[in-house]
Amino acid sequence: MTIAPPKTRLRGVVGESAPRADAPPKVKGEFVYGSDLSREGMLYGATLRSPHPHARIARIDVAAARAMPGVRAVLTSDDLPTREKFGLMRADQPVLATRVVRYVGEPVAIVAADDPEQARLAARAINVEYEPLSAVTDPVAALQSAAPKLHDPKDGNVIEDVRVVHGDPDARADVVVEGEYEVAMQDQAALGPEAGLAVPGPDGSVTLHIATQWLHEDLRQIAPCLGLPEEKVRLVLAGVGGAFGAREDVTLQIHVCLLALATKRAVRMTYGREESFYGHVHRHPARMWYRHGATRDGRLVFVRATIVLDGGAYASSTFAVVANAACFGGGPYRVPNALIHAVGAYTNNPPTGAMRGFGAVQSCFGYEAQMDKLAAALVIDPVELRARNALENGDRIVTDQQVEGSAPVAEVIRRCAALPLPPQRSSNDPLELPGGAGNLTHGEGVKRGVGFAVGLKNVCYSHAFDDFSTARVRVERDQGGVVARVHTAASEVGQGIVLVCEQIARTELGVQRVIVETPDTTIGSAGSSSASRQTWMTGGAVLAACREVKAELVTRARGRRLDDVDVAELLDTPVERVVTHRHRPTEKRNDTTQNDGHVAFLFAAHRAVVDVDVDTGLVKVVQIATAQDVGKAINPLAVIGQLEGGIAQGLGLAVMEEVQLKDGAVRNASFTDYLLPTMLDMPPVVCDLIEFPHPDAPYGAKGVGEPPTISSTPAIVAAIRAATGRALERVPVRPDDIVFGASSHSGWRVAAGDDPRGAERVR
Amino acid sequence: MRLRLQVNGSQREAEAREHESLLTVLRERLGLWGSKNACEQGECGSCSVLIDGDLVCACLVLAGAAQGRDVRTVEDLAAGEHLHPVQRAFVDAGAVQCGFCTPGFIVATAALLRDNPEPSDAEIREALSGNICRCTGYGKILEAVHRSAAQGYTS
Repeated sequence: MTIAPPKTRLRGVVGESAPRADAPPKVKGEFVYGSDLSREGMLYGATLRSPHPHARIARIDVAAARAMPGVRAVLTSDDLPTREKFGLMRADQPVLATRVVRYVGEPVAIVAADDPEQARLAARAINVEYEPLSAVTDPVAALQSAAPKLHDPKDGNVIEDVRVVHGDPDARADVVVEGEYEVAMQDQAALGPEAGLAVPGPDGSVTLHIATQWLHEDLRQIAPCLGLPEEKVRLVLAGVGGAFGAREDVTLQIHVCLLALATKRAVRMTYGREESFYGHVHRHPARMWYRHGATRDGRLVFVRATIVLDGGAYASSTFAVVANAACFGGGPYRVPNALIHAVGAYTNNPPTGAMRGFGAVQSCFGYEAQMDKLAAALVIDPVELRARNALENGDRIVTDQQVEGSAPVAEVIRRCAALPLPPQRSSNDPLELPGGAGNLTHGEGVKRGVGFAVGLKNVCYSHAFDDFSTARVRVERDQGGVVARVHTAASEVGQGIVLVCEQIARTELGVQRVIVETPDTTIGSAGSSSASRQTWMTGGAVLAACREVKAELVTRARGRRLDDVDVAELLDTPVERVVTHRHRPTEKRNDTTQNDGHVAFLFAAHRAVVDVDVDTGLVKVVQIATAQDVGKAINPLAVIGQLEGGIAQGLGLAVMEEVQLKDGAVRNASFTDYLLPTMLDMPPVVCDLIEFPHPDAPYGAKGVGEPPTISSTPAIVAAIRAATGRALERVPVRPDDIVFGASSHSGWRVAAGDDPRGAERVR
Repeated sequence: MRLRLQVNGSQREAEAREHESLLTVLRERLGLWGSKNACEQGECGSCSVLIDGDLVCACLVLAGAAQGRDVRTVEDLAAGEHLHPVQRAFVDAGAVQCGFCTPGFIVATAALLRDNPEPSDAEIREALSGNICRCTGYGKILEAVHRSAAQGYTS
């Protein structure tokens, strides 16, 4: 027997800011994203989309397109192998429009050709005769009985309807404030466009290399639409250039597979930026009517709200977005009485679905504006009012679920408020003022404001969904010594789940060399890279698999401590374990949404400092401070990256990002016209990571991705209100809203808490 | 048309259509996939390259305009496994998440530091404001640029 070599300290364990293994190929330009895939002799796909928000398809003539040079396939709904529809939570979307189109941009036909130009031209040469139908693009109007019905008439246009009834919904209070709020449509704007490569097999199977958030869910939707059993469809994760929710839904997956199967050739599809705006779902626009009541000493008595979310033409994840908006619509506060009614409507706008913080982002903008109104009415400092009502362990949110494990809301608020403020503005250099190099001011109309907001959201899936992740961990010996291989189907979308898996495996196994293998569907599902859940779920699965592997190593060590053994010596045969990890079950939602529907809650607070030029309406965000309860930072650098990146998206929604619609058509489907924060727009961020480990999460790490995007937006708008005195009940805040105090009321009167199906039109 | 140009120090030839961009030729004809296509309009900087030393968006340059010119892409910077100091700094500072914008930022940062070896925060923000990152919020990118500068990268 050999003596174990002296062990060197492991580098890159849990709690260290280890660098990412995928960073070197990314900085060298060698990392292969979906849009970089190619095969010798591959074809290129293109899509023809509807120009109408609602129309009957009278006739499609593809003869001219089929006759064009280089064209290998032209498919319409008549050519589909099945009539199966697809959809993330309800299969309501046809693969190609059949008889009717319901939004501008809906796919009508697809083409494969020898080069992308030929494919585009052929798609344009398809002649479709439409008979336009009346379109409904106002979600409140869509809910009224007179509106045209877009799907199954018996549900009207209601996709989902959630009521939260908590305590006495008719409770009265000393002080009452109310308001109507609007959140516009936001785009995820992942830089990597939708892209995939489908390679047909000789046996009628197909392999799809795809940039997605959830391989197995894609598979579940794709296979039936191809008329194939799941065994004949294999998915491999291509490099993902950001996701933020936009890759939860199927976009081109089925189309590119259909073209590959029809031509028996490899086919690549890549959307350009304009098509990307039409091709993926966006964040739900929301209309919200809120009413808050409190005692004179600043204790919340009730919250009443009606929330209408525009689901667009197909349901996507509207069910969960509506439930989130309702469940978290009271905020991270003790609210003894509540009535919250949230409804998602079908309209002829582009479909909406997942985007970072979904549902929680919308209602947070409403309830945080209300908290500031309440603070003003009570003459209490807004931070103090929030701290006074902050949830503590054992308190219940408005769904009557107790907050357990860790609920440091007051701590989050206090520590955020205590972070250092930026110095007062000392110069009138236009470069440091709103408008920047535009040289629009020398400071004469510039006013500073400070705003504060707090938010909450669930982590993982809720309401009895069977939420699990699968991990295979294999420890073996090769020429390089001992190596641990980790295989899961978890999508690395940029967030760093590869790092989390690697650091957990290294820590648990004491093995320096850890390789995280490419995700695919040969292993069980990992669930989606969404709901801030991968650290908890796939991190948890890797942790459990590592512990089983370690137990086997201990057995093989025959009574010796592993630290005293050369592990390589135990690996004449590799040790491999596959573990499926589930979080504790959650309850189904009942009629009043009073149950334990969620696994755990995430909390963050944001403080924004802004300079506003009241003459031009331009805003410069000067600093964002944030404190977030992360449970445990597995990799602090990566956590800060999530916080800063999420805040940038919240800043975008606060002051610039809006998918502008006119009669259902996107007016700004480009990065020239859809504004994204640049390095000049994004201020320094001061972070305080609060670590209250959650007992059920791996190392207590709760997931961090979404909270930064939830309360950063209302904090910035609160700061602009403080600087300008304007009401600003809509995001994004536009220069006109600041200069002229433009109002954004919907024209519908709804008493907060009432059913929006009874809304009264007031103008 | 037949295109002849110098790419990363080598003489290269490619067939290109008259309306095609340099980015299309680099990616689809020459197999240099490091320059990314994210907006096609010169708004995001993901396709940043140097032409005769000038920083440009390859998506806005007609391929024909690059005839006979010297083009440098992100692939020119590392020597095998040995990363360029700017690349090393981006890795170490945590400036890479999804990484789609990263090649463009690397090229733009290298161009900035060549002209201004010790830029201030304001100068960095101005110089890199033509590059969009959707993941990081830019804080770690700013830090990576300072780290590169501190390492005395001037080549």
